[in-house]
Amino acid sequence: MSTHSGTGTKATRGLGIIVLLMLIALAFFGLVFSAEDVVQGSTVRIMYVHVPAIWVAYLAFGLTAVCSAVYLSGKNRSLAWDRVAGASGEIGVLFVAVSLVTGSLWGRLTWGTYWVWDARLTSTAFLFITYIGYLAVRRLGGTHRQRARRSSVLALLAIVEIPLVHFSVNMWRSLHQSASVADPNAKVQLDGLMLFSLFLGLFAFTLLFVWLVLHRQRTLQLEDAFADRGLDAAIAARREEAVK
Amino acid sequence: MTNTSLRRRITFAVARKDLRIEWNSRVLVNQVAPFAAIVMVLFAFALDNDGILQRVAPGLVWLATLFSMLVVIQRSFSVESADGALDALRVAGVDPTAIFLGKSIALMVQLFALEALLVGTAFVLYNITMSPAGLVEAFVTMLTATAGLACVGTLYGGLAAGVRGRETLLPLLLLPVVAPVLIGATRAMEAAFGSGGAQVSEGWPWIGLLTVFAVLFIALGSVAFGPLVDE
Amino acid sequence: MEHATFVIGSWVLTAGSLIAYAVWIIRRGRALSKHATNEEMPWT
Repeated sequence: MSTHSGTGTKATRGLGIIVLLMLIALAFFGLVFSAEDVVQGSTVRIMYVHVPAIWVAYLAFGLTAVCSAVYLSGKNRSLAWDRVAGASGEIGVLFVAVSLVTGSLWGRLTWGTYWVWDARLTSTAFLFITYIGYLAVRRLGGTHRQRARRSSVLALLAIVEIPLVHFSVNMWRSLHQSASVADPNAKVQLDGLMLFSLFLGLFAFTLLFVWLVLHRQRTLQLEDAFADRGLDAAIAARREEAVK
Repeated sequence: MTNTSLRRRITFAVARKDLRIEWNSRVLVNQVAPFAAIVMVLFAFALDNDGILQRVAPGLVWLATLFSMLVVIQRSFSVESADGALDALRVAGVDPTAIFLGKSIALMVQLFALEALLVGTAFVLYNITMSPAGLVEAFVTMLTATAGLACVGTLYGGLAAGVRGRETLLPLLLLPVVAPVLIGATRAMEAAFGSGGAQVSEGWPWIGLLTVFAVLFIALGSVAFGPLVDE
Repeated sequence: MEHATFVIGSWVLTAGSLIAYAVWIIRRGRALSKHATNEEMPWT
């Protein structure tokens, strides 16, 4: 049928290679070249994946909200906005999961416990659950337009809800018992090479995010096209995928 | 007729309709209230100690409210989607904001009755005592918390209405959003009950939080309910 | 390196989940694009 295979183009392949090289470089800088922290020792090395992961998660959910708002604003009701929002939301969930896991491993080393009921952690957990709900709503079925409207409204509600949760958890911790958890990043004195590794991580993860969104929204576009064409082709594709 | 007075009339018509359906079927009285009561009894089994029960009673009242609320919302929208009533209203061009407000009011009335019952149960089962000032505070807490819960519940209930698998989806969507209400209402109720030596005056900032939540979601729901249930 | 299990573990978990997701997307894209027409793939 098509002359082209996959969701890649010359541009995404180039970007992919750059991302891969940067991530390999990040591993060397983060795990080998950069110095250990005076206070935290080697545990600071978790930071080079933890901080970029949560940064990408915020970026992804921000993009989801922006695309949803553009879709709903009505000027440009292209489903492409909805697909980018969905792709971005899904990738955001992945990165929040990564940052929650790496964060709790880091917390075990620095605080002695996997979890503390601090406002930032708690609202991050809520962020995770909220966007899992968002993805579930996207899979509810119905027409593409229904999906787009529902999920766009939900994405905008989430943007209002998360600060409210953060605020109330903050109020709970500060009025109920004193916040005992120090900011883990505050204790870290970053020297030049550590700072470079951190920024390399942020940059590499951001590009990785762009690459993932490009590919993911293209697969979503194919899924939508197949759904429009009728289910037969999609089922055949699934079956072939399962056989492989 | 002006637009606002039309909206008000539709709002109360929808609220009356929901409450009448409830009154005729008595699901709240015959099923949800006993469910909430048994949850309270089960909490007592799980936390087998009078001192602990008194201390955590406010939280248990609100947890039981949240769980029961899920059932009530499912019910409120299944009567709509079962015979396509919600679609019919939308096709007829009925103002979605009025539908939202009407269903919220009906839900609020039902939840308030349920909470009153739960607080009463807590008095009997968990041996709570309250000062007159605490009583006023508990009343205001229930009022503001219920307004917020009813609006959020109607908003997300409408989203999941008429869709396969909504029974499992609604708790996932709703419970994270109502976390501020659980926090605020529990702390305010602790102050009202005086549990853990809390003073009545400590509760009012939390009622402020509950009010902000309620106002925010009345506004958001009025705007967002239309697009959510559209088509 | 002290705490090597935790540090390496968190890197491996991160890399593993990201690679798994990327591979899944690519493979899904390839499988779907086999049945797509060129009009359905405007990026080509």
